[in-house]
Amino acid sequence: MKIVISVLGRDRVGIIAMVSTVLAENGVNILNLDQTILDGFFNMIMTADMAQAKISLKDLQEILRSKGETFGLEIRAQHADIFQVMHRV
Amino acid sequence: MIELQDILETNRMIKEQNLDVRTITMGISLRDCADPELEAFCRKIYEKITRTAEHLVKVGEDIEAEYGIPIINKRISVTPIAIAAEACRTDSYVAVAEALDHAAKTVGVNFIGGFSALVQKGFTKGDLVLLNSIPEALARTERVCSSVNLASTSSGINMDCVARMGEIVKQTAHLTKDRDAIGCAKLVIFANAVEDNPFMAGAFHGVGEAEACINVGVSGPGVVMRAIEQVRGADLGVVAETIKKTAFKITRVGQLVAQEASRRLNVPFGIVDLSLAPTPAIGDSVAAILEEMGLESAGAPGTTAALALLNDAVKKGGLMASSHVGGLSGAFIPVSEDAGMIAAVERGALTLEKLEAMTCVCSVGLDMIAVPGDTSAATISAIIADEAAIGVINNKTTAVRLIPVPGKTVGDSVVFGGLLGHAPVMAVSKFRPDVFIARGGRIPAPIRSLTN
Repeated sequence: MKIVISVLGRDRVGIIAMVSTVLAENGVNILNLDQTILDGFFNMIMTADMAQAKISLKDLQEILRSKGETFGLEIRAQHADIFQVMHRV
Repeated sequence: MIELQDILETNRMIKEQNLDVRTITMGISLRDCADPELEAFCRKIYEKITRTAEHLVKVGEDIEAEYGIPIINKRISVTPIAIAAEACRTDSYVAVAEALDHAAKTVGVNFIGGFSALVQKGFTKGDLVLLNSIPEALARTERVCSSVNLASTSSGINMDCVARMGEIVKQTAHLTKDRDAIGCAKLVIFANAVEDNPFMAGAFHGVGEAEACINVGVSGPGVVMRAIEQVRGADLGVVAETIKKTAFKITRVGQLVAQEASRRLNVPFGIVDLSLAPTPAIGDSVAAILEEMGLESAGAPGTTAALALLNDAVKKGGLMASSHVGGLSGAFIPVSEDAGMIAAVERGALTLEKLEAMTCVCSVGLDMIAVPGDTSAATISAIIADEAAIGVINNKTTAVRLIPVPGKTVGDSVVFGGLLGHAPVMAVSKFRPDVFIARGGRIPAPIRSLTN
């Protein structure tokens, strides 16, 4: 299953390191990463593959959410299909 | 490869513009539950519903979490009870409504639809028992929704039932008067009812449907409004194009959720309903879309034209996004459930008569409208007859969900809470239709029904 992880919040040192550590620890493989600063806010979109993941998407969402909170970030992990179907005919 | 902008746009729609899937509705046939003993019938339907829909709520919640798209309601529709319960030796189906309510609570759905009768051409014994049971059934249950189809393009209008429904609406209001007549919010009176509608209170599982199916209703007035904000000043052709593109995106999400729910529940996918359904939340209003198009207020001259454009563009955009489209598929204009509609009524811009005109060009009808408690049964019947005529002649679904609130009059307000919202009591014509309604009989099917 492919997932999209979106990270939004104030920029600071170590955001990408934190997110990728969580993914590496849980066997989630990063496929693509797109990051930009929009209106002073850190915006990052990661596409990742959960084929070898050691945990469920629900558990991953919870870990990312609580880690994100300590960084002052909003982190969402979603099944990638919702974006595919909406923007591709 | 998914673009950053696309992901941000989708998540903005969900977080800021109230994009959601309004309902996953599981249709369940109860035709195999017939039994001469009422108690046995109730036991059979309870068992069948709770068995078939056991995982519905859990699957809905899982999809919601995994895809990050809110799924507001999980619901059930069943075979019209007047048909399913007809073999029972009884003169009341109130116990059946209680069994449905119990089943809904057990599986955790917030509404169950199908306490219904299809009487467009006449009544069977079961139909009459059902009609007589409606007021008490709605007063004694919390989650059961009732509907009656009393007209169709191919059959005409059953005016005996029209007359009866005025009385039933009044009785239902009376029996739930301590709760602002909320029973009437769960009773829909249709012309040309559809068999696969996922939206309450009018959902039932039609007799032509499969054993069970999954129907999904999408939403997204907030998303449409935000999209046409981006084309301010452009001509109406551009507005229509913008709505079409937005409707496509909204509907694709509905299709995805429907397919996924169908796969996980191992129940066939039925249809996606393209209706634009508002909620009382700010920014989730159909009226606000009409105003964004350039009307000072919903209800102003031009409202019917703007609504026609909106309704048509939503269908054209949604059609290609789904493999099977059905249900009601049109913009809803429930007054109490739409903050913009409520405001339009309160500022005196929107009347019952203008709403009636609007129902000619969209689904579904005079929906969630509070009227004075002293409105007579005959007047309610006559309003039902007018709506039915619009549906029958225009070959479309129309419905009436009026709430005559005991003890309240124009200027008062009624609060139902939750998705049902609140409603200002609207004025009704004082001129009497009593003699017309008392005639009864059938209004014949119109010439346009003879298409063979």
